[in-house]
Amino acid sequence: MKLAKMMKPGTLKKLSVALATTTALGVCATQAAAKQYDGVTVNVMTFTGPQIAEPLQRHAPKFQEMTGAKVNIITVPFSDLYTKLLTDFVTNTNSVDAAVFAPQWMVDYADPGYLENLSSRIAKDSALEADDISGFFRSFSTQYQGQPYMITLDGDFHMVYYRSDVLKAAGLEPPKTWDEYLAVAKAVNGQDMNGDGKADYGSCISKKRNAQAYWSIMSIAGGYLQGKGTSQGAFFDTKDMKPLVNNEAFAAALNIYKDTSKYAPADEINLDVGDTRSLFISGRCALTLDWGDIGTLAIDPKSSKVIDKVGAIALPGSKSVLNRETGKLEACTATSCPHAVGGVNRAPYAAFGGWSGGINASGDVKVKNAAYDFFSYVSQPAQSNADVTKGITGFNPYRKSQFNSIDNWVKAGMSEEAAKNYLGAIKDSLNSPNMMLDLRIPKNQNYQQVVLDTAIARFLAGEIDVNQTMQSIEEGWNELNEDLGKDDQLKLYKATLGQK
Amino acid sequence: MLAADKEVQRTRAPKRKVDFRQWLDQEAPKLLILPTVLIILGLAIYPLLLSAYLALSRFKLVRGGFELKYVGFRNFEKLISGSQQYHFVGTLGEILLWEWAIISVVISGFGYWLWRYFSGASKKKVTIIGSIGRLITVAVFSVLTILAFTVLNDTGRPGSLMVTLFYVFAGVSIQFAIALGLALLCAQNIRGKNFFRMAFFIPIMVTPVGIAYAFRMMMDMSQGPFSPVWHLLGLGDFAWAGDAWLARWVVLIGDSWQWIPFLFMVLLAAIENQPKEQIEAAQLDGASSWRVFKDITFPAIAPVAATAVLIRLIEAFKIIDLPNILTNGGPGIATESMTLHSFIAWRTQDLGGSAAVGYSLLFIAVVVCVSFFNFIGQRTAAKGA
Repeated sequence: MKLAKMMKPGTLKKLSVALATTTALGVCATQAAAKQYDGVTVNVMTFTGPQIAEPLQRHAPKFQEMTGAKVNIITVPFSDLYTKLLTDFVTNTNSVDAAVFAPQWMVDYADPGYLENLSSRIAKDSALEADDISGFFRSFSTQYQGQPYMITLDGDFHMVYYRSDVLKAAGLEPPKTWDEYLAVAKAVNGQDMNGDGKADYGSCISKKRNAQAYWSIMSIAGGYLQGKGTSQGAFFDTKDMKPLVNNEAFAAALNIYKDTSKYAPADEINLDVGDTRSLFISGRCALTLDWGDIGTLAIDPKSSKVIDKVGAIALPGSKSVLNRETGKLEACTATSCPHAVGGVNRAPYAAFGGWSGGINASGDVKVKNAAYDFFSYVSQPAQSNADVTKGITGFNPYRKSQFNSIDNWVKAGMSEEAAKNYLGAIKDSLNSPNMMLDLRIPKNQNYQQVVLDTAIARFLAGEIDVNQTMQSIEEGWNELNEDLGKDDQLKLYKATLGQK
Repeated sequence: MLAADKEVQRTRAPKRKVDFRQWLDQEAPKLLILPTVLIILGLAIYPLLLSAYLALSRFKLVRGGFELKYVGFRNFEKLISGSQQYHFVGTLGEILLWEWAIISVVISGFGYWLWRYFSGASKKKVTIIGSIGRLITVAVFSVLTILAFTVLNDTGRPGSLMVTLFYVFAGVSIQFAIALGLALLCAQNIRGKNFFRMAFFIPIMVTPVGIAYAFRMMMDMSQGPFSPVWHLLGLGDFAWAGDAWLARWVVLIGDSWQWIPFLFMVLLAAIENQPKEQIEAAQLDGASSWRVFKDITFPAIAPVAATAVLIRLIEAFKIIDLPNILTNGGPGIATESMTLHSFIAWRTQDLGGSAAVGYSLLFIAVVVCVSFFNFIGQRTAAKGA
């Protein structure tokens, strides 16, 4: 007897429905099981954006769809980020599974073992295309003692941006030295640069205290302090760890820094980078000093009034450089400034080192894996190549393919000329033999974000003069050197510069 | 067992029960209050003691944990005369001769007040606690007077201590004056009275951080939502953030904007609850409005006003949101309050320094508030009664 005949009418139909449902459920279950991080939650801390937090928040749902891992992005003010992470790790609170922060702070997290060594994961991860990441970020910025502890998500250099139309109309060239920067700012200050009938500004530089402004002074000082190449360093004398902040070179930089305020918005001292960026792209400034963000913000049709009117150059320099023996500023020679071009010594500053992701070592293996996969996903060319062309992300180019593919930038709205100019300025900085490295010794946050930032803020506010400012920074840095062990700090400082 | 013994037992047993109930009745208030006391001890006293220990230690993060080293009063020394003096006390300037003259007059006033107490001229009983309290008050206020003249002249610069006192004394005075004026106006029979009450009350219902951000937007002269208004007034390029005193005043205005509603509501309630008969009688006798206010309304609301001001004083010492969000403590350190100073020290992992600033704040706030309560608050209460 055939099976069908044995069944009551309708039974076959019911059976097939049941079979189909079971199969469907089975498929679903298989699919669900395929999501390797189902039930895993990863808490990622970074700073209050929108930049940096925006791409992470945007990619998190897609990542969850693919892998099942829920990624929570927790944001805190920039000035709190270092300490929040440190206290979370030190006190074993471990509420943060991973974080996106400045790689220069890594030494304080990696040395005591709070950060996960990512070398084996990176080695197995072909989708990351690690070789495509520029050597500086891959082999220096994200590494501590030769081991990778972070994944690069952003490339950072301080550069100078100028309004190409304004300078052209005034018959001016982009500044090569900081004196020229002041001269250009002075010449165009007060002109209406966006057609709103109001006088605009020669220069806009973020100078707000307790924010992200404290890198600017070193960007200006770099050309005066470091002439003999990257390994010479610009923060301390590698002979005896003497801070290079109380001499004629640093005084010159302080004066330039303060003088830029003459051609700036009256409340410049209270402007964060977000404020100066918004001023620049709304067409109110002729010059600014910033990371790569301006290049992409300037092509955003929704907010920018300066599309294709922006040029970028590697940081201007100086025609004289510090003699570290005498503390005097002396005219550049072939010996003191071997990398000078046209007599101008430039030291493009790898300020900050590019936002990168690191993972808390004490987490559950599954959570750590999920966190790694999330960072890898965000960094992979498919995501990153689009992200670096959008101003809102705060991510700037760091992959070789991003520097080499002009198409990607043209597609995003840049003219070919603007793209070449923008990428050229970053490449000039990245390839400079006299590139200035950021401070990466233990407690560098205390040296820069506390001592340097406070002294500069007081100087700009007129509370202390040039000499008092230099003395204050020198005393603060010497105090930290003594507290942390001068010899140890010197050894580590030299190691970061590649000196023995 | 004898029948008599059984009888005794029977009578004793209920007695014991009654005793326990009575005891329970007697002790109920203490028992009911115990959980609260334990919670307060756990949540307030313990951290207070712990931070006292922190204030006397140096905190250091070490591999895998932290290290606390007892350093005595080193953290306080640093604030008062060491490397953080400029930050806490301020940059000391030179006191001119005429300034010394004013200081002498003020301190003589304190001295006279003490003399009246000890000599019995003030007709108050001299007690040990009263004497100690008055001596501390006079010592602290004398030091603060000298300090004010030292750091607030051309050659000096105020640190977070004097800036906090500026927010407290100037802020609370201004807030009280405006709140009283508004309360007197809203107590009148005017059209839309309820609307004004609601409108004046809104700022206090917003969180302080929200207020600070809203105020920051409003005070952005060049790009904020009010920038057309500022431009119209010729203030488009007005840089309040670059000038120390202007920035402090902007913080103070923001703080006032937030806190005037609190004083306003309390004072309005007090004004509306005062006995109407006295006012009507005075008006029938032809007393002027000022006279009615001075002799009837103000004494009637004084006890409530004093309490409201005391609460406001305590709150004002803790100001942090506005300077932190408006200026990040800048320009330089010009708008930094003691709470913000303590927070910034914490941010640099200087937990000892942070606790020391916190304790200094506690000391000054307690002296000021207790002095206000004992020497002004109680007097107005007595008069009002």
